[in-house]
Amino acid sequence: MATASHTLPGAGAPTGLLSWLTTVDHKKIGILYLYTTFFFFIIGGLEALTVRTQLAWSNLKFISADLYNQVFTMHGTTMIFLVVVPILAGFGNYFVPLLIGARDMAFPKLNMLSYWLLLAGGIVLNASFLLGGAPNAGWTSYAPLSTAVYSQGTSIDFWIIGLLLGGTSSTLGAINFLVTTITMRCPGMKMTELPMFAWSMVVTSVMVLFSTPMITVALLLLFLDRNFGTVYFSVPGGGDPLIWQNLFWFYSHPAVYIMVLPAMGIISEVLPVFSRKPLFGYQFIAWSSVFIMILGFSVWAHHMFQVGSPLQVDTFFATASMIIAVPTGIKIFNWIGTMWGGALKLTTAMLFAIGFIAMFVIGGITGVSLAIVPINWQVHDTYYVVGHLHYVLFGGSMFGIFSGLYYWGPKITGRKLNETLGKWHFWLHTLGFNLTFFGMHILGLLGMPRRIYTYASGQGWDVLNLISTIGAFTIAFSVLLFIVNWFVSLRSGEVAGDDPWGGATLEWATSSPPPVHNFDKVPTVKGLNPLWADAHPGEQSHY
Amino acid sequence: MKIRRPLIIIAIALFVLLVALPVMAQQGEPCTTCPVSFDTPSVLDPASDYAAESAKLFWFVFWIATGVFVLVETLLIVAVFRFRNRPASEAVQIHGNTKLEILWTSIPALILVVLLGFTLRSMAVIRAPVKGEPLKVVAVGHQWWWEFQYPDLGVITANQMIVPVGQPIEMELRSVDVQHGFWAPQLFGKMDAVPGRTNRMSFTVTEAGEYGAQCTQMCGEQHAQMRFQIIATPAGEFQTWAAGQQQVPPPPEGEAAVRGQEIFLLRCSACHTVGGTVAAGRVGPNLTHVSGRDFIAGGIMPRTDDNLRQWVQNAPSFKPGTLMPDFSIILSPQDMTDIVAYLSTLK
Ligand code: HEM
Ligand SMILES: [Cu+2]
Repeated sequence: MATASHTLPGAGAPTGLLSWLTTVDHKKIGILYLYTTFFFFIIGGLEALTVRTQLAWSNLKFISADLYNQVFTMHGTTMIFLVVVPILAGFGNYFVPLLIGARDMAFPKLNMLSYWLLLAGGIVLNASFLLGGAPNAGWTSYAPLSTAVYSQGTSIDFWIIGLLLGGTSSTLGAINFLVTTITMRCPGMKMTELPMFAWSMVVTSVMVLFSTPMITVALLLLFLDRNFGTVYFSVPGGGDPLIWQNLFWFYSHPAVYIMVLPAMGIISEVLPVFSRKPLFGYQFIAWSSVFIMILGFSVWAHHMFQVGSPLQVDTFFATASMIIAVPTGIKIFNWIGTMWGGALKLTTAMLFAIGFIAMFVIGGITGVSLAIVPINWQVHDTYYVVGHLHYVLFGGSMFGIFSGLYYWGPKITGRKLNETLGKWHFWLHTLGFNLTFFGMHILGLLGMPRRIYTYASGQGWDVLNLISTIGAFTIAFSVLLFIVNWFVSLRSGEVAGDDPWGGATLEWATSSPPPVHNFDKVPTVKGLNPLWADAHPGEQSHY
Repeated sequence: MKIRRPLIIIAIALFVLLVALPVMAQQGEPCTTCPVSFDTPSVLDPASDYAAESAKLFWFVFWIATGVFVLVETLLIVAVFRFRNRPASEAVQIHGNTKLEILWTSIPALILVVLLGFTLRSMAVIRAPVKGEPLKVVAVGHQWWWEFQYPDLGVITANQMIVPVGQPIEMELRSVDVQHGFWAPQLFGKMDAVPGRTNRMSFTVTEAGEYGAQCTQMCGEQHAQMRFQIIATPAGEFQTWAAGQQQVPPPPEGEAAVRGQEIFLLRCSACHTVGGTVAAGRVGPNLTHVSGRDFIAGGIMPRTDDNLRQWVQNAPSFKPGTLMPDFSIILSPQDMTDIVAYLSTLK
């Protein structure tokens, strides 16, 4: 191991609490995002373990029904709004300016505001546990269950305010990412030749800008209904609860892509580097994201096949949902094409990227099965859906995020993570993940609904649930290894140097961690993969 | 780094602990107030035309999906093993291949077109207008139980829905409070009961039997305990059952039951109905034939006299959040015994 006393570059920058509280440096804000969201990941994970303990066997009484409902609601809400969405924004904060050779984000103060709004949202949401009970109507909080008649107290109000803050944060972030990539690219970098992660942040930001207003409106209407006597969602008052579902899913379906496109961007950076090959079909991967973004706005009612819409409506949304599998498939084949013929270095970052593909394929396939309406009628709102959504959000997004942490961690901290621990983390994580979630598909087919705090014995559900719980603890243990790894490596990991992996993009052209101004000299680039072109002059013709 | 051994030990300890946990929890007396088991209500064990259609489609899709899964994962695994750890110089520097792109865009698209075709056909079959004389049943979702009305027969019951085999059943779904989900995996897919709307759905049971079912839309604290059962009987038995339900139970005999009825009319009639009496409440389940049913409170316990007594005494202790109040302070043990004696006559 390297000497602990080695002084890392960038150490001249101001440190100390005040510097973190007042920082407008995109890298520091990025670090704040990453630590905050990882902290929420741990909270959301503990909530998941609580859920899994309660369900380990039939008729267990680990927690009460009411507490269970709070815990599973907070688990879903936390994982989506406080972990996956903002952690990817955190990566964006740190790496978009570096990838495009810029000195900072376009609006550093706005950037700072986005972070503090997110933190405020997280605090408000979690404070509810201490102030009269956490929200308990599911992360979807369907009306009228979430209206004042059926959810007295303030728990849902905390949920609304927390989400409004988080939504504002992500909208401000999206504006910032867009303006930054459009106006601050270094000389020579074309918009159509952006590094794939930066490109995916552009596409994601457009989605955020168009979809977030919908949930903002929905949340405000719900708040008015709850507190000021309006009746948007109340049937006796002449309102309609389905308005909530339409508005909610108009945001929350695109949100799935908001959570997965940047993760796809991460692995599109990682795969070429460790395959020693350029990304296969850059243009196809890039434009398939745009296609997903556009189609992503016309599939929301595939969450509503059982509300009794006319068949024509169901047909439209089924068709659109199936079409969206095509651009997704294009990406998967291009990633495999990237690896094909390469010289693969199976680092932990690479393993997580490969794991992403392997798991996401399963989520994608079950996704298509859910678009097939008669199957959806059977398995919607069961554990089949819980399995599906975790293969997408956990097997997909979270695997991508871990890949990013191993890949870019050395750039952020200046030190590499330990690879032995990393591989233990990866294998236990993958094992635990599949133990936890694979059987859920079968449970759904065997008739187990989601969001139930207990179930009768003798229904044939016990063993699969027990396996799932064991898997959950295995994941938790593997994440513990990651945390240990991170902090140990922070102090005594191998010094990374500027470019530990032989990367092709600009963040590797500066020190690790980068100086406050990122680049001593603003780089000028030509074509994709600028560094790779420098390092392989003989292969210039390929670029 | 020497971390292998401690890691393995911790991992094994974890597994042992977890297996032990539920096993320990299962020790002790058999549970008489635990939820009633409905066997495994598997969607792949269909007993109606609707469920058979969706199971057939499921298996068709399953095999295609398995094919895609095996193909993609094999490609991935082959890529990893064939190309791992080669010296960097050997990596071929290609950027893409338009022919391949066209191939892997069009083949999945074709598969999806086929799937869509089958989907639309199946949707049309399931939602086809009912042929023959249907039996109409209205299911009304309440926080946390289902009411079943047979408008043509003048029968109202709860928690157990009885239907004849072979006759199409035309369901109407309503809700009096929040959204609920109506689902019996072996008989039909979900249709939600949405407040302010009437949703429709139909199916024909092909095999007599008892089918487990459960609310599938998060509907509040006791969503998990909003269970019900569908009993499909031959047409003749169904007629007998319906005729029995149309009868008003005879007035109670015996001191305890008579006194029980008096207390019932005083304390319970605001919420419950019993045919032939002044009790006409609509908040809770209709109890006219409560003792003809196999379980109470949405399948959370078998209908035994003892369970009935415990439930009436303190319903919220079994189903926290229920609208039925805690009577343990208002009613004396004697009152309780008498009420149960009365309820037992309501067959
Ligand atoms: C340790 C890892 C995890 C475990 C064991 C786990 C387990 C579960 C379980 C059992 C449920 C169903 C609860 C119920 O229906 O009653 C659930 C719901 C959910 N999980 Fe996870 N989960 C994990 C990680 C994640 C991650 C990383 C995400 C990322 C976004 C996530 C998102 C969700 C969502 C959105 C729901 C739905 C909540 C709702 O129904 O309102 N989970 N999880
Ligand atoms: Cu319900």
